[in-house]
Amino acid sequence: MSLAQPESIEDIKARNKALIKEVLEVYPEKTAKRRAKHLNTFEDGKPDCGVKSNIKSIPGVMTIRGCAYAGSKGVVWGPIKDMIHISHGPVGCGQYSWASRRNYYIGTTGIDTFGTMQFTSDFQEKDIVFGGDKKLAKLIDEIQELFPLNKGISVQSECPIGLIGDDIEAVSKAKTKEYNGHTIVPVRCEGFRGVSQSLGHHLANDAIRDWVFDKMEGKPALFEPTPYDVAIIGDYNIGGDAWSSRILLEEMGLRVVAQWSGDGTIAELEATPRAKLNVLHCYRSMNYISRHMEEKYGIPWVEYNFFGPSKIEESLRKIASHFDDKIKEGAERVIAKYSPLMDAVIAKYRPRLEGKKVMLFVGGLRPRHVIGAYEDLGMEIVGTGYEFGHNDDYQRTTHYVKDGTLIYDDVTGFEFEKFVEKIQPDLVGSGIKEKYVFQKMGVPFRQMHSWDYSGPYHGYDGFAIFARDMDMAINSPVWKFAKAPWAA
Amino acid sequence: MSELRQIAFYGKGGIGKSTTSQNTLAALAQTGKKILIVGCDPKADSTRLILHAKAQDTILSLAAEAGSVEDLEIEDVMKIGFEDIRCVESGGPEPGVGCAGRGVITSINFLEEQGAYDGVDYVSYDVLGDVVCGGFAMPIRENKAQEIYIVMSGEMMAMYAANNISKGILKYANSGGVRLGGLVCNERQTDKEYELAESLAKKLGTQLIYFVPRDNIVQHAELRRMTVVEYAPDSAQAGHYRNLANKVHANKGNGIIPTPITMDELEDLLMEHGIMKAVDESQVGKTAADLAAIA
Repeated sequence: MSLAQPESIEDIKARNKALIKEVLEVYPEKTAKRRAKHLNTFEDGKPDCGVKSNIKSIPGVMTIRGCAYAGSKGVVWGPIKDMIHISHGPVGCGQYSWASRRNYYIGTTGIDTFGTMQFTSDFQEKDIVFGGDKKLAKLIDEIQELFPLNKGISVQSECPIGLIGDDIEAVSKAKTKEYNGHTIVPVRCEGFRGVSQSLGHHLANDAIRDWVFDKMEGKPALFEPTPYDVAIIGDYNIGGDAWSSRILLEEMGLRVVAQWSGDGTIAELEATPRAKLNVLHCYRSMNYISRHMEEKYGIPWVEYNFFGPSKIEESLRKIASHFDDKIKEGAERVIAKYSPLMDAVIAKYRPRLEGKKVMLFVGGLRPRHVIGAYEDLGMEIVGTGYEFGHNDDYQRTTHYVKDGTLIYDDVTGFEFEKFVEKIQPDLVGSGIKEKYVFQKMGVPFRQMHSWDYSGPYHGYDGFAIFARDMDMAINSPVWKFAKAPWAA
Repeated sequence: MSELRQIAFYGKGGIGKSTTSQNTLAALAQTGKKILIVGCDPKADSTRLILHAKAQDTILSLAAEAGSVEDLEIEDVMKIGFEDIRCVESGGPEPGVGCAGRGVITSINFLEEQGAYDGVDYVSYDVLGDVVCGGFAMPIRENKAQEIYIVMSGEMMAMYAANNISKGILKYANSGGVRLGGLVCNERQTDKEYELAESLAKKLGTQLIYFVPRDNIVQHAELRRMTVVEYAPDSAQAGHYRNLANKVHANKGNGIIPTPITMDELEDLLMEHGIMKAVDESQVGKTAADLAAIA
């Protein structure tokens, strides 16, 4: 890039400090005081990143966050493919979140799976005034008649449900009874609750605990157990991520009894309390249910990271350490098997990407998890931040970022633009709302929520695609044409 | 046609709001005024003395049957009663479900869009108990009722509600121009009721516009689903309602921005009139047994 870049760590830290000061100066005093707590530079040896998080966004700024409904319907429940998820309330929330998360699944849509369909109670004025419980009951009847192979229904509350106090629990219970114990789960994920989608994840986890697990009590196991049963927790199968992860676990000798929740089923959720180990990818959205299963069923859980060969290797060994030698050997065998492929990928792309600087801003996991994959390609993360991470995420981030990395929590549109403008990274990884802003600034960009309609990025197979995509973004010849003729 | 005047009756539930308002409006209608009553209570009982009917088809129940309010015509919901008074009831959900407040908003918007206010001299809103949410404040927002009449009595809770309603009026007074027209005391025969009502009116910066004495003839008329004005026009009570109607009519433009008081001030007021004794702080929170033990 054209701007002169600072060289030493001290220079970088001084630049970041000046940069933070510069963006804060634009705000009114009160806003500046509040935003100042969310911006910092990582100092080596500190227990966290020195920022506050999971706090209400400030009115007037452009936040990138979503709502509790997005967290429950969009993330946790939505991918469970053989259930029908009702967006309960006015039509917009369901319509605009319709099939937008790319959580792939296998099945015949409309017959035994429903992932890319949109179900809504389409509230009208009279439903607000007279309550929507009667309509919900009717909708459930219609679903049972039109889609008899559905394995369950969830009721995802939009804002008005909480405002008018509709008793969705009563309707769910009555209909469960009417349909011989059919799983119907009410979720109180009204959008106005909490500060971001993060509360929606938590509420959705709690609903699984209360309406799925508790119902299974005293019932016989759904499968013959083996010592090697694991459940994948917190993989939403974006572009097939869970599939390219699952094969590695299976190749090392484990049996995957459930996928939460990408390409997952209600039966898999129900089976999970009998697993031997929960392997947790997205800590932010599913640590709650993992902790619950540990406390209640004694199932240990282990966090893992399948982005890039270094982290995959580390994670495979970490998972294997919970099992016997057969699995440990299996892990080594898998690592050895894929090493030549990884070497080839790195040999091809590293020379093209070496030294490139990246700034990230993603949800609650990837701002740290993908760092290893970039580093495997010789790239450097110069700034990162979470939309809805909590303090425990920023603590975990310290194991990934380097001294002097710029940290921005719940970054505002203005701050992000300014930071990128001044730091001039070679690549920005964030979401659809940010993509065109930065591309128009002439900065290469990849969507890191949807993988920019590519993927998978998890696992060894995923890394090959990841490397190709990053190269494609940064080294595309199109950037040669993006220079203004009057610019030097 | 003279300029449209919009008024509203508020007050604690069960205070006699609907009875007082219907009698007053019936008397006003007898002076030749064209009147529209908009009932804003889900119970839909704001017009039964005028219509001689217990409940009529409400805007919201008809809208729910037809699909939405857009499917309704004004003729479907408007009924004509005593002295050609036009009556509509907003209606609302059964207790415990939905949002009655939103129902009031929907109904009033519908009436305005349908031109229900054309050709009348008075629109009167009868609103339930307390201003519990934005929906029930609809009649006091911009371009709705210009004057609010609070029906109250000498009871502590009725005065408390009157003060609370004043807070609601104050909130909208600056943005929307609503004013407090005055207090109407509906006699409950509590101690020093008249003096108390007068004092509260003074504290709120308004007037006690009328003191309606208690008379069983009101109940006799109600049993026949009639106003006293219609049932016994020559009775003394009918005369009182006619006086109140004249006062309300003459009160145009005299509304004020209320000065609601604190709970402590309200208690002081009761103590001043000897209704309440000063609280002995050492006895607060003590059970009868505790106090006996101390003594």
